[in-house]
Amino acid sequence: MPRVLLIEDDAAVRDGVTLALRRRGHEVAAAASGEEGLKVLPGFRPDIVLLDLMLPGKDGFEVCRLIRAERQLPIIMLTARGDDLDVVLGLEAGADDYIVKPARGEVLEARIRAVLRRTALPAEGTPAAAEPGPAPVETYGELAIDRAGLVVGKGGQDLALAPSEMKLLLFLSATPGQVFSRQQLLEQVWEHSYHGDARLVDACVMRLRTKIEDTPRSPRYVQTVRGFGYRFGPL
Amino acid sequence: MKRPRRWAALPRLGRGNPQLLRGLRARLVVGFLVVAAVSALTTTLLTYQEARNAILQRSQDIAVNDLRAQVNSLAPELPVPPTKADLESFRSQLERSGTSRAWDISVHYRGVGNRSSGGLPPHFVFPAGLRESVEKRHVPVFQRVARDGSPSLLIGMPVRQTDGTASALSVYARLPLDAEEGNVEALVSAAQRGALPVLVLTVIPALLAARGVLRPVRGLRQAAGRIAEGKLDTRLEVKGADELADLSRTFNDMAARLEESMAELRRLESNARRFAADVSHELRTPLAAMSAVTDVLDEDADSLDPDTASAVRLISQETGKLARMVEDLMEVSRFDAGAAALHLDEVDVAETIRKTLQARAWQKRVATDLPADVRARLDPRRLDVVVANLVGNALHHGGEPVRVRLHAPEPGADRLLIEISDSGPGIDPEVLPHVFERFYKADSARARSEGSGLGLAIAMENVRLHGGVMRAANSPEGGAVFTVDLPLRQGETPTRAAEGAADPPDGDRAAGETADGDRDGAGPEAGKENHV
Repeated sequence: MPRVLLIEDDAAVRDGVTLALRRRGHEVAAAASGEEGLKVLPGFRPDIVLLDLMLPGKDGFEVCRLIRAERQLPIIMLTARGDDLDVVLGLEAGADDYIVKPARGEVLEARIRAVLRRTALPAEGTPAAAEPGPAPVETYGELAIDRAGLVVGKGGQDLALAPSEMKLLLFLSATPGQVFSRQQLLEQVWEHSYHGDARLVDACVMRLRTKIEDTPRSPRYVQTVRGFGYRFGPL
Repeated sequence: MKRPRRWAALPRLGRGNPQLLRGLRARLVVGFLVVAAVSALTTTLLTYQEARNAILQRSQDIAVNDLRAQVNSLAPELPVPPTKADLESFRSQLERSGTSRAWDISVHYRGVGNRSSGGLPPHFVFPAGLRESVEKRHVPVFQRVARDGSPSLLIGMPVRQTDGTASALSVYARLPLDAEEGNVEALVSAAQRGALPVLVLTVIPALLAARGVLRPVRGLRQAAGRIAEGKLDTRLEVKGADELADLSRTFNDMAARLEESMAELRRLESNARRFAADVSHELRTPLAAMSAVTDVLDEDADSLDPDTASAVRLISQETGKLARMVEDLMEVSRFDAGAAALHLDEVDVAETIRKTLQARAWQKRVATDLPADVRARLDPRRLDVVVANLVGNALHHGGEPVRVRLHAPEPGADRLLIEISDSGPGIDPEVLPHVFERFYKADSARARSEGSGLGLAIAMENVRLHGGVMRAANSPEGGAVFTVDLPLRQGETPTRAAEGAADPPDGDRAAGETADGDRDGAGPEAGKENHV
């Protein structure tokens, strides 16, 4: 069962969310501040972090950056939709997804599950995915993608990709050259409804590009198709 | 979102020059001229009268005294009774003695004039009154007359005997007054000649005075215009201590008051807005705690006793409603604060609408007419809110079947039309203008509906944010028809940023995407937000 670290300053929300998640079988550690959460993190080794943005002391963005600097575990922000700036900054800080407060327990659960789902198969089965046995490491230019091992390397170096970045790259590279709209990517990679927040996609593409591209400003791997969306390659 | 209300521009006041007789300047000049003309005329008239009187008075005094002196010196030599020859010599002597003046003399004895070659023409008749005074009452008389256009002085003088008694002899003289009249004429024409330059010169001080009045008035007009444009910090410079300075001072006081009350209103409005936003924000935290545990309640309700179970379900259900309402309130606050942002994307409109219906499991209940390949650039999340609100509204308050129709725009047209119609009784015409108002309940007696009462208002704001309009009407076949009318390509004519809406921190990103990729590696239009 996933271990969840909840960092939330409001006691009632903390208790409510903890209760809801425990009922669903999660192990939950709750921290009332960013500092406390960072202290708990190494010992508790959560599978996922739920992070409130409005925190006393170190705010959510900073906590997010600090966690990202060392670990590639999924981070979901708790926010209010339309606090637009928060969402954008949170995504830039490396969050994988966000949940709008107030949220029902089942929504929390669904989001956590979606982020934790490790493999992202493209909608139509690809030959690579259909082949039995260990999948070979695919190489695209300098990029080496090991689908089974969930490892992406560039020039012999393993890249530290956050979960959403990894899923996005795997999804796009499964069908090189095919264009996906941001709405499609939201549904496929983030498992949001079609009308989710396309900024999730944009922010994630940006972060991914800074890690895999030689020059993020003129991307080679994850390309923009103006007016339609994104595609992987063609190289 | 309420935009800061603009002041309607007032019609410009007339510019004053074409209305020759109605402008202040013209009126002042005319007034000055009238005053000057009246005073010049009065002066001329008085001068004329006084001068004429003085000149004639003097002439006649001299003439009368002369005549009296001559008569007194010559009469004693006249025998009594005189013969015609005596009278004639007396007359001619008198005529000759008039050195300074050419008078014509006529001598009457017992009321009868002597007919003679010299002197007055025989047909010359002295006025009866004059002769009566002389011959009956024996007093010297003179009278000015104008005959044949030339003025003259008539003098009648009874000759007294040496003992002072009246005699039957009387002398009449006529003096032409042409010279005097000429003098007076000269005076009058001098006055006239003087009056004209005076009138011309009057225009100069009139114009100066007008300018002195008009400049502050013009300043006042411009300042009033600026106030009308909403520049409430406009003030006039107060110079001097006359009425215009008072007016300027009063104007400044008025502007200051106006500015104060506007600032006060704005402050109150922004306080009210902030209050609404703060309230919704504060409500969110407890709601977040409650919403997280409602499904725990729902799950366990079945194992509780019926009353508790109902109570628990009620709490769960109403918590959900409350959460939706607070979400709507926050959305409205964002619109009001001008903080609502468009996140534009290129979408297939038909697909977007289909997904909206799918997400709410309405595909079965709603008939659709969605032509493929209508691509538009808009905010799909906001379009989803709009369509969901209208369709939900049609299902709840209208009547099935509900139909969503997308009108494929004509080639070259840039409007997107989405029509949502129901088969209900339609909307009461009195209600129609108010359907998009917040918390407007069509029927106050109607039970509280599912929604927050903000649904249509929010839909409206979302359409407006796209630079579109929303219309509500009743179709001829019955049932209500809501029409969403949007520009097809959003963001290519950037909408005006509202005051107070901060630019997104990454607003420069992807603003100029190149054909391949974009400026700093952002996705399509990443972070590009049109604040409205």
